[in-house]
Amino acid sequence: MSEAAPTLRLEVKNVTKRYPSVVANSDVNLRVAPGEIHAVLGENGAGKSTLMKIIYGAVKPDIGEVLLDGKQSKIRNPQEARALGISMVFQHFSLFETVTVAENIWLGLDKSLTLANVREQTVRKAKIYGLDVEPDRPVHSLSVGERQRVEIVRALLTDPKVLILDEPTSVLTPQAVRKLFVTLRQLAADGCSVLYISHKLDEIRELCTNCTVLRGGKVTGHVDPRNESNASLSRLMIGAEPPKLQHREVKTGAIGLQAKGLSIVADDPFGVTLDNINFEVRTGEIVGVAGVSGNGQQEFLAALSGESTRAPSGSISLFGNDISKRNPRVRRAGGLHFVPEERLGRGAVPTLSLAANTLLSRASEVVGKPPLSWVSPKATASLAADIIKRFHVKAGGPSAEAKSLSGGNLQKYIVGREISANPKVLIVSQPTWGVDVGAAAQIRGELLKLRDEGCALLVVSEELDELFEVCDRMHVIAKGRLSPSINTADATVEKIGEWMSGLWEVSHAL
Amino acid sequence: MESFALLIAATFNAGTVLAIAALGLLINEKSGIVNLGAEGMMLCAAIAGFAAVVHTGNDWVGFAAGMAAGAGMAALFGVLVIWLNTNQYATGLALSLFGAGFSAFVGVKYVQEKLPARPSYAIPGLADIPFIGPALFKQHPLAYIGIALALAIIWFLFKTRAGLVLRSVGESPESAHSLGYPVRRIRLLAVMFGGAMCGLSGAYLSIIYTPLWVEGMVSGKGWIALALTTFATWRPLRVLFGAYLFGGVTMMQFHLQSQGVDIPSQFLSMAPYLATIVVLALISRNPAWIRINMPASVGKPFYPGS
Amino acid sequence: MFKLEPRPQASKFWGIGSPLLALIITVIIGIAIFMLMGKDPVKGLLVFFWEPIKSGYALSELAVKATPLLLIALGLAVCFRSNVWNIGAEGQFVLGAVTAGGVALLADKTTGPWIIPLILIAGVLGGMLWAGIVALLRDRFNASEILVSLMLVYVAELVLSYMVYGPWKDPNGFNFPQSKNFEKVTQIPKLFDGTRMNVGLLIALFGVVGMWIFMFRTYGGFQLQVGGLAPAAAKYAGFSSRRALWTALLVSGGMAGLAGALEVAGPIGQLTPYVPAGYGFAAIIVAFVGRLNPIGIVFSAILMSMFYIGGELAQSRLGLPKSLTGVFQGLLLFTLLACDTLIAYRIKFSKSAGGK
Repeated sequence: MSEAAPTLRLEVKNVTKRYPSVVANSDVNLRVAPGEIHAVLGENGAGKSTLMKIIYGAVKPDIGEVLLDGKQSKIRNPQEARALGISMVFQHFSLFETVTVAENIWLGLDKSLTLANVREQTVRKAKIYGLDVEPDRPVHSLSVGERQRVEIVRALLTDPKVLILDEPTSVLTPQAVRKLFVTLRQLAADGCSVLYISHKLDEIRELCTNCTVLRGGKVTGHVDPRNESNASLSRLMIGAEPPKLQHREVKTGAIGLQAKGLSIVADDPFGVTLDNINFEVRTGEIVGVAGVSGNGQQEFLAALSGESTRAPSGSISLFGNDISKRNPRVRRAGGLHFVPEERLGRGAVPTLSLAANTLLSRASEVVGKPPLSWVSPKATASLAADIIKRFHVKAGGPSAEAKSLSGGNLQKYIVGREISANPKVLIVSQPTWGVDVGAAAQIRGELLKLRDEGCALLVVSEELDELFEVCDRMHVIAKGRLSPSINTADATVEKIGEWMSGLWEVSHAL
Repeated sequence: MESFALLIAATFNAGTVLAIAALGLLINEKSGIVNLGAEGMMLCAAIAGFAAVVHTGNDWVGFAAGMAAGAGMAALFGVLVIWLNTNQYATGLALSLFGAGFSAFVGVKYVQEKLPARPSYAIPGLADIPFIGPALFKQHPLAYIGIALALAIIWFLFKTRAGLVLRSVGESPESAHSLGYPVRRIRLLAVMFGGAMCGLSGAYLSIIYTPLWVEGMVSGKGWIALALTTFATWRPLRVLFGAYLFGGVTMMQFHLQSQGVDIPSQFLSMAPYLATIVVLALISRNPAWIRINMPASVGKPFYPGS
Repeated sequence: MFKLEPRPQASKFWGIGSPLLALIITVIIGIAIFMLMGKDPVKGLLVFFWEPIKSGYALSELAVKATPLLLIALGLAVCFRSNVWNIGAEGQFVLGAVTAGGVALLADKTTGPWIIPLILIAGVLGGMLWAGIVALLRDRFNASEILVSLMLVYVAELVLSYMVYGPWKDPNGFNFPQSKNFEKVTQIPKLFDGTRMNVGLLIALFGVVGMWIFMFRTYGGFQLQVGGLAPAAAKYAGFSSRRALWTALLVSGGMAGLAGALEVAGPIGQLTPYVPAGYGFAAIIVAFVGRLNPIGIVFSAILMSMFYIGGELAQSRLGLPKSLTGVFQGLLLFTLLACDTLIAYRIKFSKSAGGK
């Protein structure tokens, strides 16, 4: 077992890092043996990322030290970290779209190598670990999964002693996750220590041999995840078991939102073309759309919300009315509301107050009659105060700037703003992205409540667990096409995973 | 025929002013930063270069002074934009407004000054070839250096690792930062290179092209150089070609005026500005052309956060 | 080494403090310039900051200069708040002056005072036309409004030059490139006898109030601002970016054109090649120093016109080049932008260079 190793590969001793508004790490200790796959578990905001950045030399701790192979490491920047054998695969990849795979890898390596040299090594290393990469393709033509492989090969070419992976599976299909695990086990067997950062309990229990749990910047446990249950890990991570949602049987009603033969050719060289999309959402049901990001979700949502009006006439209807060419304000007047995935800059204007931000989607209630269209600061403030109160948003009041709220609280505010408009159809993209567990549960609960009240909901998410939890039916989007729908009760993770690769015709035929 | 050769020579000469500035700005923008201060830097460099030649009698000291003035102003701009995170457009504009005022202020004393007699730049042998000689081989060495600069930039951007790093910083400063590249220092260097080239161009204008100092003498060439990088969709050879094209437009109007064409001179003088607008509209109308080669982070702020 | 630490909320204190600090720094640099030029800095400062306000007449001259700056800057504030970078207000000002001048030249001895509104409307339309070209090219061809509006400044100046050298040249003007003097009836009514202040000042002050209401109390103004602050949010809300573009450019073009009309039919009284006085560029600085806020712009317009008058006095009394005005204006914007960092960030000094 790993604890038998004489010297530790990596040791983090009493690390503390404070930021103006938060203590990101407080007296954190971490001990990783050679060849060990060590999980760092914690929910959003627990301090995982800060800890990794400290190990990787991107952030300096206020107190504490990092030891590598028993020696104190004076890592000042990521380049020095790589030179010492610490590599990192980022959650949001650090790749450059317009240059080739080989050039991208070259950029992450030492200057001494030539490009030809790097190209050759890339092919060799990729073969050893069964990672399929083509060195001469430009990165913008790669899928998310392919991009991750490029990142991993880049990390491996430095022959790391420690490989850090930050939420690596959030962008992968379940099948791709299996393949990744094979690679990681092979790496560990070769003696490389893997630091696996995640909040997914099943994965950690399956892959990791050791686990350090963080909560609110403090270590709450060192455990062997193979001997733990999801419930016990969850208690360490959030101090409680995850709240259970109430599902009630509801009768579905009229078709709220429908797309028929929705095809849109991409107008951006890096965009995705939508190809013959058909679906319907009835009142009283939640329909989910699963899929790996970058498969047309953005274009799909823009066409439905009205942010793009390039959909052909007659392809999108709201309660039977053609809305394909209508702008978001008209759609909103017809009862269609939308929660976008980006909170800051799209769902809310960062530098405006919460009160002013009500005007984005609730103007019809707080703005006077044209032509003056008077905006009453009183009306916006009282609407904002209502939302803050009803959805338990932690904020300095209606006059607080949107950017001053935490991610979870701003998401509650935006979701609340749309829900309290009593929509007939609500589209939600990534409802709980980067939100802590408590807020996520609250938001999911609100969505279910809205369904029970007879709203038609469409939820687009990359988190399969979340879709399985809240949806009645599911579609999968892949390469700009939408699968047929499947009842959640009949769906399995494996099947949805296959569909995520665009293979629904095959599995249908079987 | 003789006058046509002279027109080509004049076009080459005028194009060089634009080419050197625009090639510098291309590197500047490849790093992800737009410096609207080009006009101001060229003006200050023009007076700095001119004054240096007046006092030393040496053209090359003048060029060096112009480059130093441009690079110095660019550094100021760079520190504000890159370290203090100020708005790129507003800061560049401030530089242009300041440069216009400052060059006029300093230049008052030099308005009447004349430079020592300009030597001939004819290349022995080549300059005697009929037509081609007077058209191409009687230029100041900087005219040829302009072409060399374009080739050197192509080599740098697409054949060297440093060029790859620069392009990457311009595409995604966040990614470059997370890989450990000193994004801000790289950007500062690129901005200063842009400033130095604008400076060289401004000095060329006042020392070789005109050669004298008049308040506001750059008369929009800095802005046209900025437009050129967009026309050329950030490709060095197209920048060079575009610069000569615009040099040609400028010279054509002088040519027509001297030929006594019956068009009011003001309308002829509008030609370079109108041409800029028309070409800009034609090129920009296809967003895909722009998008493919445009440094993705151009104009956007980057501050390496926590 | 220092580090910038983002503030959770924009600092209200530095919102007002930053322009003041910028002014102080500019003054300090100004003192250094005076000393370098061998002039008494106290005299220099008096020329810029005391002479323009020391008497009723001086104040009226200050208002004469501040009026066009105020009008143009109000329009530009709408543009910049909408993230539309119209930097060619100078051209819109000149074209407004040309069209207004054209109408004024139509007047003869029998014309009534009804010509004045026509002159002003012509100016507004001229400015709108010039800015409308920018909007059209941006809207239809995606051409950068920065470059197009700037190029059109040169074109407008050449149009003016053509008119005063050509068709509109005063036949009795000893071949000077200028139009004949406008008829007396075209004169914008003065506010007080013995000063050059005219109704334009009232129009500008009315514009301040109107602009404040539009920007901060109407849905239309809010939509423009959201488009400027967060384009994706404006798209999400369903605010038309095309409408914002056209509104911003037509409003600012119209205001600049109005300023041009008030200038030629007011203090100048004829068309000359010297109509472009750089107000269009100075107004960019006025708009920023005034925080893009109509009330703030009143103060910055006054400050900037002090710079104008001070520059003229510095030339006549201290023998310094008039272009000192431009130096100070540019410096002020530069230092302001630097000081504005304090609004969004806190500066922390640290010894370690790590993590940067």
